[in-house]
Amino acid sequence: MLEKIILLLCCSCAVAQHLCTPDASDGYKVRLSIKTALEGQAYEWNENEMFLFRATLAFAMRNHIREQKFEVSNIIVCNETPRVSFWFVVTSPESTSVLIGKEDVEEAVRKSRNRINSAFLLTDKTLEFIGILPTLAAPVDPDTPPWLIVFGVVMGIVGAGIILLLVSSVVQKKRKNEMTDDEENCEETRVKTVENGSVGEGVYNMSFSDDERFTQM
Amino acid sequence: MKLVLPNPGLDLRIPDYNDLERMDKEEAADRPKWDNKAQYILTCVGFCIGIGNVWRFPYLCQSHGGGAFLIPYLILLVLEGMPLLLMEFAIGQRLRKGSVGVWRAINPYLTGVGIASMLVSLLIGLYYNTLIAWIMWYLFNSFQEPLPWTQCPLNENRTGYIPECQQSSTVDYYFYRVTLDTTTSIAESGGIHWPMVVCLLAAWTFICACYIRGISTSGKAVYVTAILPYIVLAIFLIRGLTLKGAMNGVKFLFTPNVEELMNPTTWLDAGAQVFYAFSLAWGGLISFSSYNPVHNNCKQDAVILSAITGLTSIYAATVTYTIIGFRASEKYDNCISQNIRTLLNTFNLPEDSITETNYDSAYKHLNSTYPDIVLGLDIQICDMQKLLNEGVEGTGLAFIVFTEAITKMPGSPVWSVLFFVMLLCLGLSTLFGNIEGVVVPLKDLNVLPKKWPQEALTGVTCAFAFIISLLFAQQSGLYWVTLFDNFAGSVPLLTIGLFEMIAVVYIYGIDRFNEDIQFMIGHKPSIFWQASWRFFSPVIILVILVFYLVTQAQQELTYLVWDPNSDKFPVLASVPYPSWINAVIFLLAGVPSLVVPFYALCRLVYVTCKQKEQQNDKISHVP
Repeated sequence: MLEKIILLLCCSCAVAQHLCTPDASDGYKVRLSIKTALEGQAYEWNENEMFLFRATLAFAMRNHIREQKFEVSNIIVCNETPRVSFWFVVTSPESTSVLIGKEDVEEAVRKSRNRINSAFLLTDKTLEFIGILPTLAAPVDPDTPPWLIVFGVVMGIVGAGIILLLVSSVVQKKRKNEMTDDEENCEETRVKTVENGSVGEGVYNMSFSDDERFTQM
Repeated sequence: MKLVLPNPGLDLRIPDYNDLERMDKEEAADRPKWDNKAQYILTCVGFCIGIGNVWRFPYLCQSHGGGAFLIPYLILLVLEGMPLLLMEFAIGQRLRKGSVGVWRAINPYLTGVGIASMLVSLLIGLYYNTLIAWIMWYLFNSFQEPLPWTQCPLNENRTGYIPECQQSSTVDYYFYRVTLDTTTSIAESGGIHWPMVVCLLAAWTFICACYIRGISTSGKAVYVTAILPYIVLAIFLIRGLTLKGAMNGVKFLFTPNVEELMNPTTWLDAGAQVFYAFSLAWGGLISFSSYNPVHNNCKQDAVILSAITGLTSIYAATVTYTIIGFRASEKYDNCISQNIRTLLNTFNLPEDSITETNYDSAYKHLNSTYPDIVLGLDIQICDMQKLLNEGVEGTGLAFIVFTEAITKMPGSPVWSVLFFVMLLCLGLSTLFGNIEGVVVPLKDLNVLPKKWPQEALTGVTCAFAFIISLLFAQQSGLYWVTLFDNFAGSVPLLTIGLFEMIAVVYIYGIDRFNEDIQFMIGHKPSIFWQASWRFFSPVIILVILVFYLVTQAQQELTYLVWDPNSDKFPVLASVPYPSWINAVIFLLAGVPSLVVPFYALCRLVYVTCKQKEQQNDKISHVP
């Protein structure tokens, strides 16, 4: 009896190994870059970590195909390398010689990608499933483009500045006009009191200087 | 040398020394003047130090022999730049008019020189303010984390990025597609790109606000726009020197290659750079000097300004190349990491087996053991020198290289804001001189009525210029800016500079000029100045001009386009200009240069006609 059980186990192992080969049509290659991701806090890849991987993948399969209860034994791994890369295939819980199709495995991994990544403290880039492209995060896109806000602020300040300068120059001109009216009244009296030859009190009249000396076109 | 062309009536057209003394004492209110000497110096420094110091000089320095380039640059600074500078300062201070007024006073036939200066200032101002608009766009977009040029947009099924962005880079895509939406040739205008219109509006409104009352407002603005760039450069210098690979960049910049001095192009480029750096022949410097008190020491000003310009160029180049060195270093590290990753993945080796230190030996070992596999892997050759050479100049440096480097620094939005504020200040302070060189001649020529207040003059000029500069808001705007940069700002300036020298030395009279300077500052300029004005500077400018025309005539006119469908994408493709561009080039370069003789000719014809009429009148009146 014992020999039969041992024979059966060996057969099933052999069959399982036969199912998982590199470039299997329903298998995927996985590559982990633990040292790149974690540097000083990198853990060693050993059998226990492999067990965790198989368990996580079974979890992902269960999440995707709800009717079937996948076990750790349904995830078959082969061709491990020192790089920490390997191939895996998923067998159906009902019959161990039937493999779950590529699309289903891909869909399952996609759905639970985040959970698988966090189980190993890795990211999409450091835990690669060759052939399953990660859905990229959309670039940050705020509703109002921030540049319009800054533009609005700057233009507001500049516009206010222009209006201020224009208003102040108009006000200054008005004040000047009032002052020159007063001055003209004083000037008439002053000019009358200038004696011949004395230059002191007179006001130099600029309108008779330089401009006229330039020849016109 | 007593070679002076006859110039009758000169004394009637210019104020004599007594008038100058009187004007100085009376402090006439109708002519604007500087609040203090510092304002004047800062305005001139701001005018001379522009964006070109950050993105043209470092490139020239590095491509023409590094540290050795400083030798022709400094020699030509002293022989060509300084004498022209003093000449413009002194003539403005003596004749107390803007550029058109000064040349008209020396001889009415020379008014064309002033008109040419105004046209050149206008054309340069148009495309320069477009650069400012681009800088403002980047500045407005720097107030977000993460910066928008760090991400590519996704394609439809969200599995990858848009191919145009994937093949080039995020910064390239952001500049050519998001900011400008460039077409593939200058002939395809592609319509107006509205974010650019908005930024152009902001730029022109800003400059209008700063210059609205002439130098009384711009004189206050220069305290910020002239000093802030130095502070920001210092901050970037400290930041840059602490980055990895910065010293590679600085060493690369200054490593002298003395053989380059034998190459005539080096000297020509140095001469041209000095000429443009000093903003000579724009007319702005003459205008600014005319607001000075009569006895201002313009010789000292010229020497100080030359020294400041030279030192600032070297300072800015150092800062620029620390950043370029950092970027090259980052790219080199990325290249090596990529290769290591490829090798590890292909041969399934443990992660730590190949590191940067043993990369070369590991690569050789693998190549010798499995040459076929390695060949098929497409391993990139990582060349630090090539990456440093990608320094690039012009818009490429500011908007692509620098923005990329900034994204790799911690706290990128802060650095981005600082950088673009610095470029904005550099550009604005140059534009003040530019606008001065356009508004004052327009007033002198009576194109704009003299009675209008300064605010109206500035407003009308800025509005008019904004409408014309919508040409650059098209999708092909980038190519138009490059066209203007190459042709409007090169030949006409050299021609006008040459005419200016001839006018002052041979028509106004160098002896009279020396006496003027003695009157203004108390002593005659030394033999160095005499020799430069009479001989060295005109000869140098003539040589540069002739060589430039000869090389341009020999080359086929081509330009670089951003074409996602070209073979060499993302490298810009070199495409010949369409034939109608020749007409545009003639308008940009030929018209300002030819205005000088053309105006003299027109005036000659007009005067002879009038004389004939008067003679006919006299004959008919004789009883």
